[in-house]
Amino acid sequence: MDKNINIKVRVWRQAGPKEKGHFEEYELHDIFQGASFLEMMDILNEKLISEHKDPIAFDHDCREGICGMCSLYVNGHPHGPDSAITTCQLHMRKFHDGETITIEPWRSHAFPVIKDLMVDRGAYDKIMQAGGFISVNTGGVPDANSIPIPKEKADEAMDAASCIGCGACAAACKNGSAMLFVAAKVSQLALLPQGRVEAARRAKAMVAKMDELGFGNCTNTGACAAECPKSVSLANIARLNREFISAKFKD
Amino acid sequence: MANKKEDILSAAQNAAEAAVKAAKDVAETVAEKASEVVQQAVDAVQQAAKEVNIALDNAAEEAAREAKIITPKMAKIPAGPLELKWTNYKDHQKLVNPANKRRLDIIVVGTGLAGASAAASLAEMGFNVLNFCIQDSPRRAHSIAAQGGINAAKNYQNDGDSVYRLYYDTIKGGDYRAREANVYRLAEVSNNIIDQCVAQGVPFAREYGGLLDNRSFGGAQVSRTFYAKGQTGQQLLLGAYSALSRQIGKGKVKMYTRHEMLDIVIIDGRARGIIARNLVTGQIERFFGHAVVIGSGGYGNTFFLSTNAMASNGSAAMQMYRHGAYFANPCYAQIHPTCIPKHGDFQSKLTLMSESLRNDGRIWVPKKLEDAKRLQRGEIKGRDIPEEDRDYYLERRYPAFGNLVPRDVASRAAKERCDAGFGVNNTGLAVFLDFSDAIQRLGKDVVEQKYGNLFQMYEKIVDENPYENPMMIYPAIHYTMGGIWVDYELQTSVPGLFCIGEANFSDHGANRLGASALMQGLADGYFVLPYTIQNYLSDQIGVPRMSTDLPEFAAAEKAVNDKIERILKIQGKRSVDSIHKELGIVMWDFVGMGRTAESLKKALQRIDEIKKEFWTNVYIPGKADALNNELEKALRLADFIEIGRLMALDALNREESCGGHFREEYQTEEGEALRQDDKFAYVSCWKYTGEDSEPELIKEPLEYEFTERKTRNYKS
Repeated sequence: MDKNINIKVRVWRQAGPKEKGHFEEYELHDIFQGASFLEMMDILNEKLISEHKDPIAFDHDCREGICGMCSLYVNGHPHGPDSAITTCQLHMRKFHDGETITIEPWRSHAFPVIKDLMVDRGAYDKIMQAGGFISVNTGGVPDANSIPIPKEKADEAMDAASCIGCGACAAACKNGSAMLFVAAKVSQLALLPQGRVEAARRAKAMVAKMDELGFGNCTNTGACAAECPKSVSLANIARLNREFISAKFKD
Repeated sequence: MANKKEDILSAAQNAAEAAVKAAKDVAETVAEKASEVVQQAVDAVQQAAKEVNIALDNAAEEAAREAKIITPKMAKIPAGPLELKWTNYKDHQKLVNPANKRRLDIIVVGTGLAGASAAASLAEMGFNVLNFCIQDSPRRAHSIAAQGGINAAKNYQNDGDSVYRLYYDTIKGGDYRAREANVYRLAEVSNNIIDQCVAQGVPFAREYGGLLDNRSFGGAQVSRTFYAKGQTGQQLLLGAYSALSRQIGKGKVKMYTRHEMLDIVIIDGRARGIIARNLVTGQIERFFGHAVVIGSGGYGNTFFLSTNAMASNGSAAMQMYRHGAYFANPCYAQIHPTCIPKHGDFQSKLTLMSESLRNDGRIWVPKKLEDAKRLQRGEIKGRDIPEEDRDYYLERRYPAFGNLVPRDVASRAAKERCDAGFGVNNTGLAVFLDFSDAIQRLGKDVVEQKYGNLFQMYEKIVDENPYENPMMIYPAIHYTMGGIWVDYELQTSVPGLFCIGEANFSDHGANRLGASALMQGLADGYFVLPYTIQNYLSDQIGVPRMSTDLPEFAAAEKAVNDKIERILKIQGKRSVDSIHKELGIVMWDFVGMGRTAESLKKALQRIDEIKKEFWTNVYIPGKADALNNELEKALRLADFIEIGRLMALDALNREESCGGHFREEYQTEEGEALRQDDKFAYVSCWKYTGEDSEPELIKEPLEYEFTERKTRNYKS
């Protein structure tokens, strides 16, 4: 049964991208375990505002685990200790009375801190702009049922497509690699006949952009898939490697 | 002698010939002159007739304006039979040639389904697009959270669907308060949307044969909903986002993330730009566009608690409204029947459980009041109540549609049971959504495959396993059918200002059917606006790019800065959220599922008090020229307060029940909504008249030419 707990939170505070950051500790009493983690953060911010202090900046929006905006490192894990969820779906029942909770921003070379817990993930958008699409214009496309697609392929594409672009994979990776993110999009589109046409070009363009933006290399530690809130599978990285290598051989 | 005679004869003949020729010449000249005169006369008469017609039209329009009426002609609804209107429009509209498209800039605000699809399509056509969003990436707009699916009239299931049937279900579902021509166009382009999304790589669910699968949604007796697990909105948005990304990569779209529009710039009566705040630096920036398109979503967050995202807001709508765009039907808000019930005062939002769950889930409360009391005290669980003691009230009241009645009907029925004391959780404000039948019939695996992510979401929030014990659900604010008034071209009453997606009012009438929001957003963005906007832009090709140093830009920026300064200066005692929650409670209690004249008057009075509290007692930490979350929220709340007032005012004016708007004074003996077609078959368009004066009501009568208005019947 959910009850009220007292906790301490250690939060990373950083005034701006170039400022030096530090941890600050706050005590919170009578937090209901049925509250979400971000509701706990709201309560903390209300408290800070009432004391005329600067509230903690953090990204969040849909609060139902799909927009990919929330991006907290909680007790050393992207999106916290629970599995297969985003920070906004994490609930206080995962913490016990008297616990000290450490909250940090994504720490990855390609995601610079903007303020406190807020980072700039524009690099993911740039990778998408380099090739994360099928080159069709609006209108003039064939009937949706004109190309049958085996159910297993469609389901597999859907699993890859469930990536929310939150950045947890790169944040979890000791090399700061974006391979799982890139692999998810390359796989989704390569699995479908519509995307097959430019699969080679896509894999090369997205990987090149990823390298250019300062993401690290993949050494198959698997931390990305373990921390992914949408359980995007490592098999996608294998598929990306295959697409990439066969594209390179053709060159 | 003879010779002389011949000479005379020939002379006479010559003379005669000359005379005839002369006569002929004269006659010809006269005839020519005469025909010229006649032609001139005819021309003059025709011109006069034309002028009379124009004068009559003008007089009629003038008279309509005087009477505060919008005629079909003013709404630019094309003539002709229903099924040919859109075709005729496209055949005769003005276009912009490729060379000229390059010279035109279009501002698109918002990157949801409507905004992203419009920005991408316009850029593909060759226009220069400036696209804005408040999130850190265009992929995060709240369309992403739509779960269940998207409707289209493909009839792939061979169950009798057609464009007309989708049109009819939508008009009927909207309780006959939408425009016929718009809804028909929506149904027409629905099929193109599915084709487009598949071509983009949207991984819709498929059958083993490789063809697309469908499911059923409320308010329909066919299976026309396409879906991608419980993440259809995400997949459709990512499709539009990938098309948009492609255009950003090509340099045809300039993307501005973490930018919030704070005003629209009007020059010589036309929308020509926006003022936006860079949310990272706090800088106020100016942008020019030959036209401005707003796809900023709905205003459900007026209620504080809703299924909308935290940053979803109605400020763009209010900026349009203050510049003279009408706010249409603000009182039409959709309350979704299947949301996870509220759990505490600290709650920040409500989570939707997709309508698709009503395909297999059965909704019930106990038959016996004492069972309900024991559930409320936590002494028993839903599964402990035997089958014969369960009241499947939707199946009981609406045998023909059962658990798949439209949202407004399902929500009111839940409220009715809970108000009667049969609620099933500790607050008494919940009903059961039960899958035990489906699990028995299909097996747990199939249920998990279909709804797994929704069940997981429920379990994470409520900490209870929905495979073992029925889910608890309760209605919550989800969508707003009302919005900025647009004509058939999706243009507002301000020239050059367009409004698309949930932000406009156009297609859903008084109630939106499930899986139709995605359809409308993408219809507007991919297939409607990119055409209709050209009819406006075709005579703008000679207009050069304007400098943002013009006095109109400077004045708009100053007004924005003044407003920010005014809010920061208050330095009161209340946080933004605490005032917003207060507004939300007033809205839910007095402008919620059941409204009365008395409750609405009370709401108006309370909202005025809240407005005063906000402007005298809000506290905002930090500065204007830096990242300042509280300031962002305060600017949005200032507008929510005004929207709340408009909603109450509109609900008070509309003395009837229709769709999502339920006035308790107007109901049948069985408690169903009672429309007053003779008095309220019109769109209420509210025109801004100043900060402290009441808005003016303008009516667009809804003349139903092609469909007969009936009482909605989901019973038989």
